[in-house]
Amino acid sequence: MELRKNYFADQRKDGLHEIGHGRPRLDSPGHVTGKTAYFADRNVPNMLHLKMVRSPHHHARIRSIDTSEAEKHPGVVKILTARDVPHNVYTILILIQVGPEDETVLADGKPRWKGEAVVAVLAETERAAQEAAAKVKVDYEVLPAVFDMEEALKPGAPLVNEYHGQNYYLYDSGECRKVRFGDVEAGFAGADHILEQSYQSSPIEHAPTETTGCVVVPEGNDRFTCYTNTQAMFFTLDNASIILQMPGSKLHFVGGTVGGGFGGKVDVIVEPIAILGAKLTGRPVSFIYSREEEMQISSPRAAEKIIIKDGVMNDGRIVARKVTGYTDAGAYSRHSPYGAQKGAAHYPGPYTIPNVWIDTYCVYTNRTPSSAMRGFGVTIGDFALEVQMDKLARLIGMDPLEFRFINAYRDGDMKAHRQPTEGAALIECMQEASRAANWPVAEKYMAMSSYTKGA
Amino acid sequence: MAKVPVQFTLNGSEKAEFVDSGTTLLHALRDKIGDTSPKGGCHQGTCGACSVIIDGELRLSCLTVAETCSGADIRTTSGLAEAGVLHPLQRAFLDAFATQCGFCTPGMIMAAKVLLDHTPNPSREDVIEALSGNICRCTGYEPIIEAVLTTARANSQNAA
Ligand code: FES
Ligand code: FES
Repeated sequence: MELRKNYFADQRKDGLHEIGHGRPRLDSPGHVTGKTAYFADRNVPNMLHLKMVRSPHHHARIRSIDTSEAEKHPGVVKILTARDVPHNVYTILILIQVGPEDETVLADGKPRWKGEAVVAVLAETERAAQEAAAKVKVDYEVLPAVFDMEEALKPGAPLVNEYHGQNYYLYDSGECRKVRFGDVEAGFAGADHILEQSYQSSPIEHAPTETTGCVVVPEGNDRFTCYTNTQAMFFTLDNASIILQMPGSKLHFVGGTVGGGFGGKVDVIVEPIAILGAKLTGRPVSFIYSREEEMQISSPRAAEKIIIKDGVMNDGRIVARKVTGYTDAGAYSRHSPYGAQKGAAHYPGPYTIPNVWIDTYCVYTNRTPSSAMRGFGVTIGDFALEVQMDKLARLIGMDPLEFRFINAYRDGDMKAHRQPTEGAALIECMQEASRAANWPVAEKYMAMSSYTKGA
Repeated sequence: MAKVPVQFTLNGSEKAEFVDSGTTLLHALRDKIGDTSPKGGCHQGTCGACSVIIDGELRLSCLTVAETCSGADIRTTSGLAEAGVLHPLQRAFLDAFATQCGFCTPGMIMAAKVLLDHTPNPSREDVIEALSGNICRCTGYEPIIEAVLTTARANSQNAA
């Protein structure tokens, strides 16, 4: 590794102990010897296995649930429905005052996506649990479903989630997150060129090598140890406490080692129901997604649609940007209202644009609930923004990297969110990138600095 | 369900257990014998996390029925270090930053070991081919390939 000490030399501290040195990861000796303990590596005797009966419909009303055949299946110990869950309607971010609670632990009358958990079966073996789950009879009245965000926002679209009352998340700013800076219409009126493009993405599965799951052990005194691969220990602990209506002091969560996650293990899905199973049976419970469940049931990165309209001058300055973003939350919020909000903050890009207008919607559809994944809310946005930047550069016949030098944030620039830029360093990063990629730019760009405005 | 005896050598020591007929070797190793170094990532033969070495050949323990392993010599990653000294492959994975979450690592190391046992001087293509059945979702394959090639180079220097 090479440190370019000529940049920001006056701000640099030398003699650092860590930066610039290779350090072994603390956990790799365990990884290479096979000694690292993942949650499923705890061998607990007398364990029950939990399998979910899932909705085969995207949107349906449950007329009746008949578990009588399943209960008679050899090895079945307990069957749970919505009625058994103390606080069945929850939402993950309620802990940071993002509501309303809009998701059921087990479907209560109306599954809203194909794969939604309806009935939990606990049995002596995985196989018995699976076979019994197949014997649970659920009578559904299939309801019209909506899979497309624009369709979902049309008047008269099927209502996905009654807890919201409309097919979008209601922010305190209204039906979307808004950014308003300068006068975008005046900016377009004065622009030499206008380019409007739309970008869209599909849901993306994290596919961690280790599937999602937990093992719960009752410790007596109504206290439970939950070995889990959650990426969000305290969200999980606190949400489990709300869902189970149990004080957190009764719940001991053990985590730390996650066999891949990428954000896909921050939702609170497996732990509360497994703890409930352990509480009601007095036995250890294992609830582990099969690979198929991991691919189909776990929340993906949200599908997004982003429409960007830019006004640009022949000299390369972007003078106006209008963005409308749609985030497909699927049937429930999970982390999506936050993801859509991050998009609103991100769409101006790392560029100084004097007139900006942004609306981002978090939309409910009858699709698998989406949630966190590596920079969710901004990753697809970055793809869209940077493709748009290339197209703008081409439109005015300019080198795409030089075009970015012209528009990049410098220290002191006012961002569209009315925060002055500090410590930008973008110019310097692009100068290094130009060298590393062997993509030469004119000398005047190589002479620029993030400290000062002019070329 | 009928219980059947399984008896094999695991990393040099004798193991004997009764398991349900049809139990996978992965299940028998992890839940009966307590060697959790083979991991279950897919249980359907596609990820390679459960790879073990049976009689010198690379095998997916999730697709191997335990009762067919009677008399076999089975090797797993947990038995690779000798007297607390890491095997050169383990050292190379450690040094080359070839692990992140580590879930694929034991399977990767087994696949790499079989390759080097059969082909002490593999080409880069040989390494890629040998690891092609093992999925790593975190690290990216470059450091892993590098770790295997480094081990091979060190071996051939030692031999020379
Ligand atoms: S668990 Fe055996 S190949 Fe994936
Ligand atoms: S290190 Fe996580 S799957 Fe390879």
